[in-house]
Amino acid sequence: MNQLSKKQLVARLLQSFGKKMLSSRPVQEHETELVIDKADLPEVCRTLVQEKKGRLFTMVGNDERELSGHFALYYVFAFDQLQHLITVKTLLEEADPVFPSISAQIPAANWYEREVKDLLGLRALGHPDRRPLILHGDWPEDQYPLRKDFSAALPVSRQPDRGTSMQYSGRDVTEIPVGPIHAGIIEPGHFRFGAVGDTVLHLDAKLFYTHRGLEKSAEGLPLTKALFTAERICGVCALSHAVAFAQAVEAAAQLTPPPRALYLRSLFLELERLYNHIGDLGNLCAGFGFAVGVSHGSRLREQLQQLNEELAGHRYLRGVIQLGGLRLDVTPAELSRLLTVLEQVEADFDELMDIILSHDIALDRMATTGVLSLQQANDLEVVGVAARASGRAVDIRRSHPYAAYGQLDVPLVQYTQGDVLARFKVRAEEVKTSLQIIRQIVCQIPAGAIWAPVPEIQPYTRAMGWAESPRGEVCHWLMVGPEQTVFRYRIRSAAYSNWPAVPLTVPGNIVPDFPLINKSFELCYSCCDR
Amino acid sequence: MKSEQTTDIELALCTRIKQVLGSSLHIRHVDAGSCNGCDFEMMALCNPVYDIQRFGIDFVASPRHADMLLVTGGVTRHLEMALEKTYAAAAAPKMVVAVGSCACGGGVCGQTYANAGGVDKIVPVDVFVPGCPPRPSAILEGILLALDKLDGSRSAVR
Ligand code: SF4
Repeated sequence: MNQLSKKQLVARLLQSFGKKMLSSRPVQEHETELVIDKADLPEVCRTLVQEKKGRLFTMVGNDERELSGHFALYYVFAFDQLQHLITVKTLLEEADPVFPSISAQIPAANWYEREVKDLLGLRALGHPDRRPLILHGDWPEDQYPLRKDFSAALPVSRQPDRGTSMQYSGRDVTEIPVGPIHAGIIEPGHFRFGAVGDTVLHLDAKLFYTHRGLEKSAEGLPLTKALFTAERICGVCALSHAVAFAQAVEAAAQLTPPPRALYLRSLFLELERLYNHIGDLGNLCAGFGFAVGVSHGSRLREQLQQLNEELAGHRYLRGVIQLGGLRLDVTPAELSRLLTVLEQVEADFDELMDIILSHDIALDRMATTGVLSLQQANDLEVVGVAARASGRAVDIRRSHPYAAYGQLDVPLVQYTQGDVLARFKVRAEEVKTSLQIIRQIVCQIPAGAIWAPVPEIQPYTRAMGWAESPRGEVCHWLMVGPEQTVFRYRIRSAAYSNWPAVPLTVPGNIVPDFPLINKSFELCYSCCDR
Repeated sequence: MKSEQTTDIELALCTRIKQVLGSSLHIRHVDAGSCNGCDFEMMALCNPVYDIQRFGIDFVASPRHADMLLVTGGVTRHLEMALEKTYAAAAAPKMVVAVGSCACGGGVCGQTYANAGGVDKIVPVDVFVPGCPPRPSAILEGILLALDKLDGSRSAVR
């Protein structure tokens, strides 16, 4: 698509808003921002999603009182066909920090709107769920950590708990509370099942136990230092987050890293996907007590993480990325060693998939379990493996190429059943496509520099970066402050987009299927909770 | 795939567990707000490469069955109570190993409105294992140091 026709298409898309559009401007290369009155939010957003087929990419609340005297909300919509993002911005008065909720029409906005209430005190009027989300029931109702005048140094008292979990009652209904500390080595969350006998009627998931306040603690940090925060949002998505953050900074600085750096980023991103997908496939077998699958999966994962350490000095690929490129290069000898290891891994992996997918009990437990329908996936803007297993074709490596993906052939893996088995198969096939992509990279990688200096960024420039992490797309929204620091940093992970979908897939299944369903989504809690 | 160093630690572990606890060591993991990196390294201890179960070490479901807690993360506000309750429920000798830089002192996140900034702010800690995340072999060594400390034959390590 050439630039001109894209410009025209974007203009045509915005035409229908007429006078509602108070102003519009291009932000970076791939984004247009329009400012509207808050009263017009529901209609403009509904038009963008339901008529223009945009998808809600992220939503950010920002305390801009020191800049403009207002709070600001940014709803970002992705238009995959156009490779373009449209941001709808609206300003809220300090004295009247409320806005009309769009969650009833766009269910995917539900969490975002609850989040800006918790962290910034911006209230969505007419929101269907008024429970707090990020901060639990014992947090005082008038303290908003992401407001600039919130002092991080003062300890915040605990209030009597407002009790934010679902209660189940009635004859024959059993309430089963689980967590936040679980029986295995897994991350913390609280799940409450309302069950009749073995069958689940309803599931309520209370998350954000690992909320560490990373977005607040990043504020004011030099950009170079905030990269360390980005790398520690999540252990197993560390590289994806680092790349997304670096891209946001580079977009703000209007810098494109050298071609070799872009290829190396894609290489490491695929290595991250590989060790995760293979480990996750093995771990999924724990959901039906199939120890052979668990052992082989974890063995192969270990082999890949040792390869990571060999290439990058870190089993989780931390310290690889730097702003403007990479910190380390890979030698031709290392590349050929990489190919040798991957060949061994692939042979073992194929054998393992044969064992699992020809096992009747495995198939029986996975098929028709935990179904996520396409409608549900679309309504909640589900991303990643879970989306592609329900027939929703989103893969940001293809739709908004970054790193070297524009030069690589990235096949779309897609199933339509939306059950555990479909999510299993999507992962299994993506292991194969990752291997193909890595081989392409090794053939095509250009010589040259791996880093370019980042030019100075004007204060209050904002930009976004994104990546397809092993769990799906992550989006980092950044506003740079004075002297190359972070003014506001909003991290939207794949887990944040997908968690609301998990409880929908459980009713009608039996309680012992929950761990299996949960493992088939394999969502990080830390990515989501921040 | 095993390094020699790991093998040494493994041998020492086996002997020490027999000396100190009789036959086996049961561990309960507590994620007190980690990024999951430390948790996955702990999980790697159970893979066929490290396979700690062959020394009589196992991760158990309930703290009531556990001799030792391995705690990851800098203790978030929302998990403070869960950590306290788990600690209270653990069986004596209640050894606590803080695994990872976050658990040792808050890590990159530090102390915020939502993060205490270290496990020892909430419960007593016997051994600190730094690293982001520490390698599986370092976690093994941390476990061994805690056992040593219990025995009193080696001095405490912070
Ligand atoms: S020490 Fe590092 S790996 Fe461990 S929880 Fe903290 S940030 Fe994650």
